[in-house]
Amino acid sequence: MKPMLLRGGRVIDPSQQQDGEADVLILDGEIGGLGPNLSAPAGADVVDVSGKVVAPGLVDIHVHLREPGQEDAETVTSGAVAAAAGGFTSICAMPNTDPVTDNQAAVGFIVKQAAAARAARVYPIGAISVGQRGEQLAEFGEMVAAGAVAVSDDGHPVVSSHLMRTALEYALSFNIPVAEHCEDPALSKHGVMNAGRVATRLGLRGIPAAAEEIMVARNILMGELTGGHIHLCHISTRGSVDLIRWGKARGVNVTAEATPHHFAITHDACEGYDTNAKMNPPLRAAADVEAVAVGLADGTLDVIATDHAPHHYEAKEREFDDAPFGVVGLETALGLGMSLLVDKGRLSLPQLIDRMSTAPARIFHLPAGTLKQGVAADVVVFDPAARWVVEPEQFRSKSRNTPFRGWELLGRVERTLVGGRTAYLQGR
Amino acid sequence: MTVPSLGKDLLGLEPLSREQIQLILDTAEPFKEVSERAIKKVPALRGKTIVNLFFEASTRTRISFEFAEKRLSADTVNVAAQGSSVQKGENLVDTARNLESMRIDMVVIRHPSSGAAQFLAERIRSNVINGGDGMHEHPTQALLDMLTIRDRFNRIEGLRVCICGDIAHSRVARSNIWGLTKLGAEVAVCGPQSLMPGAIEELGVTVFRRIEEAIEWADVLNVMRLQLERMEAGYIPSLREYYRVFGVTLERLERAPRDVLILHPGPMNRGVEIDSRVADGPHSVILDQVTNGVAVRMAVLYLLAGGRPELAEAAKGDRGGGA
Ligand SMILES: [Zn+2]
Repeated sequence: MKPMLLRGGRVIDPSQQQDGEADVLILDGEIGGLGPNLSAPAGADVVDVSGKVVAPGLVDIHVHLREPGQEDAETVTSGAVAAAAGGFTSICAMPNTDPVTDNQAAVGFIVKQAAAARAARVYPIGAISVGQRGEQLAEFGEMVAAGAVAVSDDGHPVVSSHLMRTALEYALSFNIPVAEHCEDPALSKHGVMNAGRVATRLGLRGIPAAAEEIMVARNILMGELTGGHIHLCHISTRGSVDLIRWGKARGVNVTAEATPHHFAITHDACEGYDTNAKMNPPLRAAADVEAVAVGLADGTLDVIATDHAPHHYEAKEREFDDAPFGVVGLETALGLGMSLLVDKGRLSLPQLIDRMSTAPARIFHLPAGTLKQGVAADVVVFDPAARWVVEPEQFRSKSRNTPFRGWELLGRVERTLVGGRTAYLQGR
Repeated sequence: MTVPSLGKDLLGLEPLSREQIQLILDTAEPFKEVSERAIKKVPALRGKTIVNLFFEASTRTRISFEFAEKRLSADTVNVAAQGSSVQKGENLVDTARNLESMRIDMVVIRHPSSGAAQFLAERIRSNVINGGDGMHEHPTQALLDMLTIRDRFNRIEGLRVCICGDIAHSRVARSNIWGLTKLGAEVAVCGPQSLMPGAIEELGVTVFRRIEEAIEWADVLNVMRLQLERMEAGYIPSLREYYRVFGVTLERLERAPRDVLILHPGPMNRGVEIDSRVADGPHSVILDQVTNGVAVRMAVLYLLAGGRPELAEAAKGDRGGGA
């Protein structure tokens, strides 16, 4: 592999408090050095990245890749390629596939497909319970040995507090987080969007904020009881943010993520019965969107994760009640973060890189989120001033279900390196 | 002054202006008389093809539309979900495409999902009339309710109308709220909070939790049907208690400070939301609603087909060409 020198960019690496103009040298697929005026080794590719941001590759700890089971919506390969196009070098695949990724063989299949993809790295997440049925613990030990980095029944909550307790306790032996989709199904039953003014007008059944918050509170208390690492997925309400702040202040080992759509848009996006705005947890009210942005800024919410949920066109082209929940996110996440958090002064650019790279890598114990010498050269280069228009037809993902069609976003990915290899180059 | 038109579809009353709603009610007036004749037919929609596409059972709404269509001389086809391709899993997109290729002029759709009428309207060139979609809107029902109220009071502006019962699951309630508030009525809703949708006050209505308070306040009560499923789903403890606490009974009406006009969209659950002595009594205009239903639906069909309101009067006497 030829050496590469990224010359003159704004290098941001929250793992070593780096923010300033520097060169980054890549040698044998690893970070060979970081500093001012590095000299290029003989035969190196010297890339002028002045005016661009150079950062550790983005890390998304919550994606749905649909393989096995719904390969027409996404595969491990198409998801990994879409990830690289969005600046991500590591993504974590949720286990709600068909069949469910709830054993070592199924985990091994994802690892094998990911190796063949030659794009972003894909780390499997194993199920908490066999078949995600919420009854019997899946074999965490064997799944971790096969490559799983966390466990989750995402798509469904773990309804039984006893099961959640044992999952958190058992996970301690393997030092993995238990990632939970917080939803009280008795309260959210039949709901298709946020409960409130818009749902009432549209005549759609609502999912109240309390359906999420009850489980957020329960899970924080389970974390406190067990000492296990509870990670709360896709937080969408003001009340949840307050509860997590409370849990952290008590010293509970709780971490949390928010999606770009939950800091970008409100339930108003459901107007006209737009099924691309149907997701779970649902888009909430303006005060919730504000609270999510504040939570990301003050660190109550540690991570931005996309909950990338591809669906085939036909599946979304139907009545709102019958359309599946979910929105694709890998190729719009950085642009939404830049436009709605950085450009609006909510987060600094280094804070955004932390929430999208360094923090998620730390929480899921991934070898990523840093440009320290000697680590694999997983790097994103993006133009923080470039504006581009979201055209779903251009997505590398197999699916197009986004509510952001036609949006003009700030921050365009120029180049994504995975282990020093160019996995994405803008315009190619 | 420009005459307002309805546009391509009638999907709900929320998107309509006060003028558009008044236009429909005014256009319905001459059509009332057609139904009183020996030969109840005018040629206004001769040569037009209308499909009544019912994904949900509804005898009375379908019959009312069918009478309206036939009295305007349209050719009609009824498609019911039972036994049709719908039950074989054909989705609404395919249904829409098939209708389009059959060159249908108008579709009346009744569907259990909110937004289904809009979904169809966005995908076909034919006029679409919402005959009730999920919990969203049932515009022709609200229009006939308003016509019935206007018949009795000669106005709607300034009247106090309370919609009673299961507001959360009711498309009739939502359409009435939009129509009545646009025409200047004061609107309230009354029922147990477990049957109220979230943030209902933001639609500009007052909320009563006791039926006695509603009766004391109102000029008109529009009593919604209470479905048995609501009890089964745990929204109320029993139909028996519902009647005792929230029922519109003769005893409660007798204590009202003024005569209260009683409407009900039907079908009624006698002894659940309404007392038979009230339903069949002097304050009830429930049968007038049924009569007005045909006239209002004739007006909607006529206007959407491009009929000019000032010609509605002439149309009923015109036995030659169409309008
Ligand atoms: Zn989830």
